[in-house]
Amino acid sequence: MEPARRQSVADVALEAGNIAVDAQASRARALSGLRFWDNVYRWLTRCAAIGVLAILGGVIVSLFIGSLPALREFGFSFLTEQRWNPVTEKFGALAPVYGTVVTSFIAMLIAVPVGLMIAVFLTELCPMILRRPIGIAIELLAGIPSIIYGIWGLFVFAPFLQETLQPALITIFGNVPVLSALFEGPPYGIGVLTASLVLAIMVLPFITSISRDVFEAVPPVLKEAAYGIGCTTWEVVRYVVLPYARVGVIGGVMLGLGRALGETMAVTFVIGNAHKISSSIIAPGTTISATIANEFTEAVGELYTSSLIALGLILFVITFFVLAAARYMLLRIERRVG
Amino acid sequence: MASLARPALYASRRRRNFIAMGLSMTATAFGLGWLVLILGVLLWEGFSGLSLRVFTEMTPPPGSSGGLLNPIFGSLVLTFLAIIIGTPIGILAGTYMAEYGRHDRLTSVVRFINDILLSAPSIVVGLFIYEVMVYPMGHFSGLAGSVALAVIVMPVVVRTTEDMLNLVPNQLREAAAALGMPRAYIIARVCYRAAKAGMITGVLLAIARISGETAPLLFTALNHQFWSIDLNGPMASLPVVIFQFALSPYKDWQQLAWTGALIITFTVLALSIGARALSARK
Repeated sequence: MEPARRQSVADVALEAGNIAVDAQASRARALSGLRFWDNVYRWLTRCAAIGVLAILGGVIVSLFIGSLPALREFGFSFLTEQRWNPVTEKFGALAPVYGTVVTSFIAMLIAVPVGLMIAVFLTELCPMILRRPIGIAIELLAGIPSIIYGIWGLFVFAPFLQETLQPALITIFGNVPVLSALFEGPPYGIGVLTASLVLAIMVLPFITSISRDVFEAVPPVLKEAAYGIGCTTWEVVRYVVLPYARVGVIGGVMLGLGRALGETMAVTFVIGNAHKISSSIIAPGTTISATIANEFTEAVGELYTSSLIALGLILFVITFFVLAAARYMLLRIERRVG
Repeated sequence: MASLARPALYASRRRRNFIAMGLSMTATAFGLGWLVLILGVLLWEGFSGLSLRVFTEMTPPPGSSGGLLNPIFGSLVLTFLAIIIGTPIGILAGTYMAEYGRHDRLTSVVRFINDILLSAPSIVVGLFIYEVMVYPMGHFSGLAGSVALAVIVMPVVVRTTEDMLNLVPNQLREAAAALGMPRAYIIARVCYRAAKAGMITGVLLAIARISGETAPLLFTALNHQFWSIDLNGPMASLPVVIFQFALSPYKDWQQLAWTGALIITFTVLALSIGARALSARK
C-alpha cells in the first residue's frame, strides 16, 4: 500500500506540475494570440484611416492625369478662353467657370440673410416646443435629393418664374441704365437666375443649421447682460450674438458655398446649358458640373473627354479651398467653445 | 425713466426690433414654405402614377406604359453594395481616429480631409471612378457605380463612428482594461456595443445620402433599358432613369419620372427621420 500510495502522490504532483506548465504555455499562447489580433486590428484601422487620405490623393492625381492632354494642348488659355467647340476641338473653361461662380454668388446673396434670420428665429423667438420640429423640417430640405429639386425646378418653378418674376424684372429694370443689361432678353423660365434661386433653397438648410448651432454656443451670460441693460431682441442679436458667432457663421456660409459650387443635378435641369457668357442673369448659361453631367457620356475623342475632366479638376480645386477655409473657421470656433 | 426721457429713440428702437423680428418670422415661413411646396407638388404629380405596375413592370419604350422595376432593383443593388464596401472601411477609419490615435497628428489630418470629402462635389467622385475603373476596364459597370457610391458613404460613416466612439465614457474602457482585456477586444466588445445606436444612425444617413445621388452614377453605372443583374455591365438606377425620363419629351416618361421622384423622396425622408428617432431615443 505504502509505496504504491507514495508513487501515486508523486504521480499526482508530476501531473499537477505538467498541468501547471501546460496552463502557463496555453496562457502564453492565448496572450500572444490576443496581442497578435490586437496589433492586426490596430494596423487594419490605421490603414483604413490612411485610405481616406489616399482617396483624396487619388481624386487629385487621377483628375490631373486625365486632364493632361487638354492642359498640354491649350495651356493656360484653357482658363481664359470662352470657346467650347466639340467639332473643331477647341475648348475653354471660362463660360462654365463664370456660370458656376455667378450662380453660387446669387444663391448666397439670397440664402445667407434668409438662413441667418431663420437661425435667429429658432434661437431667440421660437417657443421651446416648436424648436425641434421646425429645425428638423428645415433640415429635411437638405435631405431631399438634388434631382428632385431639378425636376421640380424644371416643371414647376421655371414656368412659374417665366410668367411672374422674370417679366416683372424686365419691365421694372428695363429703363434703368446699368441694371437693364442684367435683365435683358426674353423670359425663358430656365436660366442663370432660376438655377441660382433653386441653389439658394438647397443651401439654406446648411447655413441655418450651422448658424443655429453657433448661436446656441453663445454664453447665455452675455445675452442676459445685454437684455439686463434694456437691449431689444434685435440689438442683442446684432451687437452680442452675431459678433461672438462671426467666425462660425462665416464657416457655415463657406460650407454652403462649397455645396452650391459643386451642385450638379438641380442646376443641370434648369440652367439651360448654353456655352456663353451673357451679361443678363435671366439668359441661359452653364456651370462646370452641368457641363460635365450633360456632355461626358457623349464626349468623343480624347481631347473632349480630357477637357471635361480638366473642368472637374478646376471644380475640385475651387471647392477644396472653399471647404478647407470653412472647416478651418469652424475648427477655430470649436476650440473657443471647447 | 430713461426711455420716457427720449420717447423718439425708444419708439425707433422698438420699431426696428419689430421689423427685424417680423423679417425673421417671414424667413422661417419662407423656408418652411419651400418644403411644403416641393413635397406637395411631388405628391400631386407622383401619386396619380403610383400603382402596382410601377413595381412589377420594366421601363417602357416611349409611348407605351410600363413601370420602374429594373431601376428600383438596380438602385437597391447599387446601394446595398456601396454600403457593404464603404461601411467597414469607414468604421475602421473612425475606430482608429477615436480609439488608437485619438491625439495623434494623423487623426487630425484625416478628420480635416474627411470633412472636405463629406461635402466634395459628387460629380467629381464620378469622374474619379471613371478614371480609375471604367476607363481601364473599358466599359461602364454596376460595380463601378457602387464603388463611386461607396466613396460617398465612407466619409459619412467615418464621421459618425468617430463622434459616437468619442461619446463612450472612458470608465467603460478602463474597467474592461482592468479585467485584462486587450485593446481590440475592448473596442469590439465594449465600445462598439455602447455606440451601436449612433453607428447605425450613421449608416442610415449614408443610405439616405446615396439613394438620391445621380451625378456619380451618370458615367459609372450608366443606365440600362432592360432587366440586368450583371454587375459587370451597365445598370439602371432610379435617379438616372428619372434624369433621363424627366428631360424627355414623352408624357408617359415624365409621369414615370415624377412617380420615381416620389418614391425616392419618401424613402430618403423616412430614412432620415428614422435615423433621427434612433439617435434621439438614447
